[in-house]
Amino acid sequence: MSEALEILFTASFWVAAIRIASPLIFATMGELICERAGVLNLGIEGIMVAGAFSGWFTVYMGGDLWTGVLVAAMTGAMFGLLHGFLTVPLGLSQHVTGIGVTLLASSLTYFSYRILLPEVTSPPKIEPFQPFAVPLLSDIPVLGPALFNQTPLTYLAYFTVAAVALVFYRTPLGVAVRAVGENPAAVEAQGISVTALRIGAVMAGSALMAIGGAFLTMSAFNSFFFEMINGRGWIAIALVVFGSWRPGKALIGAILFAAFDAYQVRLQQITGGVIPYQIFLMMPFVLSIVALVVVARRATYPKALMIPYQKGER
Amino acid sequence: MRLEPRPSSSMAATLLWPAGAILATILLSSLLVMIAGASPFTVFWLVVKGAAGSQFALLETFTRATPLIFTGLAVAVAFRARLWNIGAEAQLYLGAVMTVVLGTGAVALPSAGLIPVIMIAAMLTGALTLLGPAILKTRFGVDEVVTTLLLNFIVLLFVSMLLEGPLKDPTGMGWPQSKRMIADAQLPRLIKGKRLHFGFVLAVVSALIVWVIMKKTTLGYEMRAVGHNAEAARFAGIPVNRVIAKTALLSGGLAALAGFSEVAGLKGNLTLDLSPGYGYTGIVVAMLAMLNPLGVIVAAIFVAGIFVGADAMSRSANVPSYIAQVMVAISLLTMVAAIMLMRYRVRWR
Repeated sequence: MSEALEILFTASFWVAAIRIASPLIFATMGELICERAGVLNLGIEGIMVAGAFSGWFTVYMGGDLWTGVLVAAMTGAMFGLLHGFLTVPLGLSQHVTGIGVTLLASSLTYFSYRILLPEVTSPPKIEPFQPFAVPLLSDIPVLGPALFNQTPLTYLAYFTVAAVALVFYRTPLGVAVRAVGENPAAVEAQGISVTALRIGAVMAGSALMAIGGAFLTMSAFNSFFFEMINGRGWIAIALVVFGSWRPGKALIGAILFAAFDAYQVRLQQITGGVIPYQIFLMMPFVLSIVALVVVARRATYPKALMIPYQKGER
Repeated sequence: MRLEPRPSSSMAATLLWPAGAILATILLSSLLVMIAGASPFTVFWLVVKGAAGSQFALLETFTRATPLIFTGLAVAVAFRARLWNIGAEAQLYLGAVMTVVLGTGAVALPSAGLIPVIMIAAMLTGALTLLGPAILKTRFGVDEVVTTLLLNFIVLLFVSMLLEGPLKDPTGMGWPQSKRMIADAQLPRLIKGKRLHFGFVLAVVSALIVWVIMKKTTLGYEMRAVGHNAEAARFAGIPVNRVIAKTALLSGGLAALAGFSEVAGLKGNLTLDLSPGYGYTGIVVAMLAMLNPLGVIVAAIFVAGIFVGADAMSRSANVPSYIAQVMVAISLLTMVAAIMLMRYRVRWR
C-alpha cells in the first residue's frame, strides 16, 4: 500500500503526468474556445488525428519541427472552417456535423497515409522535440522537473492557456467571443458579424486541437499510428464541462486527469496482473463520466451553445 | 446570407438537393481517386461491380447491410427524439456478449425457443446500456453525447477483458475469442452455402416494425413531439423524461440486435473486431435516410455497397479501400446540408 502512495512523491510520476496532460490541454483549450463562441465541435477527435499525421508527415518529409506544428495547426483550421461553415451560416445540427467532420478527418488521414506511405509495414520514425530544462526553475525539487523539464510543445501548452485566458478576459475580442456564445443578437447589434466571429473561433479552436494531436506524434512519441488519439478528443469535451468553460479550471482538470492516468499505469505495474489491465485502461473514461455527473448540477453552459443564430431573429 | 423556410415543400427541391449531395460526393471522391493516381471512371466502375456486379457481390452487400440496418434504425429512432445516441457501438458489443453468453451451451432449448430467448436477452442488454446515459441526461443533465461516446471505449475494454478471461475459448490457441455458438443458437443461412443469413430478414422486419411504431402509435407521436420541441411537449402534458427513457430502450435494443445477428448469423463467435465501426456508420445511414425507418434499409444497402465495392476495387486498382470511409463521411456532410437546403431557401443580402 505504501508503495502505491510513494509513487505520488516521485518526480518521474509528475513528469509523466504533465506529458500526458499536454495534448489534453491543447485539445481542451481548443474545444473551450469553440463552445464559448456557441459552437459544439465534435470534430475534435478526427481533427486531432489529422493534426497528428500532418505535423508528423511534414517533419518526416524533411520539414522543421515548428513547421510541422504550423502545418498541423493549419490542417486543423481548415477542418474548423468546414465545421464552422456548415454549422454557423447553414445552421446544421452541430452534433451530426461534428461526427461527420470526425469521420471525414480521420478517414482522409488514413487514406492519405496509405497513399503517401504505400510501402511501409512498420511506421517510420522522426526525430521528435527533445526536453528542454528551463534554467533555475527546473531545479525546484519534484515540481521543477515536472513542470520545467519538458519539451517546448508543453511550454507552448502553458502559454496557450495563459493566452486564451488573457484574450478572453482582457481584450475586446475576447469579450465579443464570449458574448457571441451567450447573446449573439447583442453582438450583432454592436455591428459585429456573429458569423465571422463564430467561424473564426471554431478555426482557432480546431487549430489548437490539431496541435494537441501533433504533440503525440512529435513530442510524446515519434511516429504515427492509427487509433493513436484513442478517445482523447472526447475526454477533452468532458474536461471543458468539468472546467465550467474556464481556461484555468480546465487546465487544472486536464492535469488532474493526466495525473490519474499516469497513476493507473504505475499501479498496474505494482499490482502485477492480479487485476485485469483493461480495468486500469477503463478508469480514465469512467472517471470522465463520474466527473461529468458531479459537476452537471451546477454546470452553466454558454447560453447560446448549439443554438444557430439567424440575423434579425430573436 | 440568411435562411428562410420554404413556404411549401417544393418537389424540385426535395429531389434535386439530395441528388446534388450524391453528385458532390462522387465528384469530391473522384478528386481523391485522381490524387491516388487512378482513373475515377475505372475505380467507380470497379466499386459498382464489386458491390452489385454478380450474385456473390449482391449477397455480400446485403450481408454487410444487415448490421447497418440495425444500427441505422437505432440512431434514427434516438435522433428523432433528439436523444443523441453516439453509442450504438457499445450497445452492439454488449448485445453480442449476451448472445455468446447464452448461445455457447449455457442454455439448452430447441432452436425455435433458444433463438428468440437469446434475441430478447441481447436486446434487453443493449436497451439497458443506453438507459444509463438517458437517465443521466434526464436526472442530472449530463450530456448524452459525451457519455455514450465514452461508454464505447469502456465497453470495448470490458469485452476485451471478457475475451481474455471468463469468455475466452480454451481451444482458441490463445486468441482473444469466445467459444463458438452451438448449432441450435445460430441463425439459418438464407441460401445454402452463402453468407447471407436470417439476420437480414430480421433487420428488414425490424425496420417495418419501427416504421409502424413511429407513424402509428402514441409512443411514436410522443417521440416526434419531444424531438421537435421538448418544452412544448412537456407543456402539452407529454411525460418527456419517460418518453426519452422509452426511446433509449428501443434504440439500445435495436443496436444490440446488430451484435446479435453478426454473432449468431455470420461470425459464430465473438472477437474484438466484430464491428468495424458499425455503430458510428449507423449515424450516416440514419441521416442519409432522413431518419425514416424504411429509408434506413435503402441507405444501409447503399453504404454497405460502397464498403463492399471499395474492398473489391482496392484489390485490383491501386486505391486504398479507405476511400469508402471518406465517401461515406462526405455523403453524410453533403446530405445534412442538402436536407437543410430542401427546407430552407438561402437569401443573400
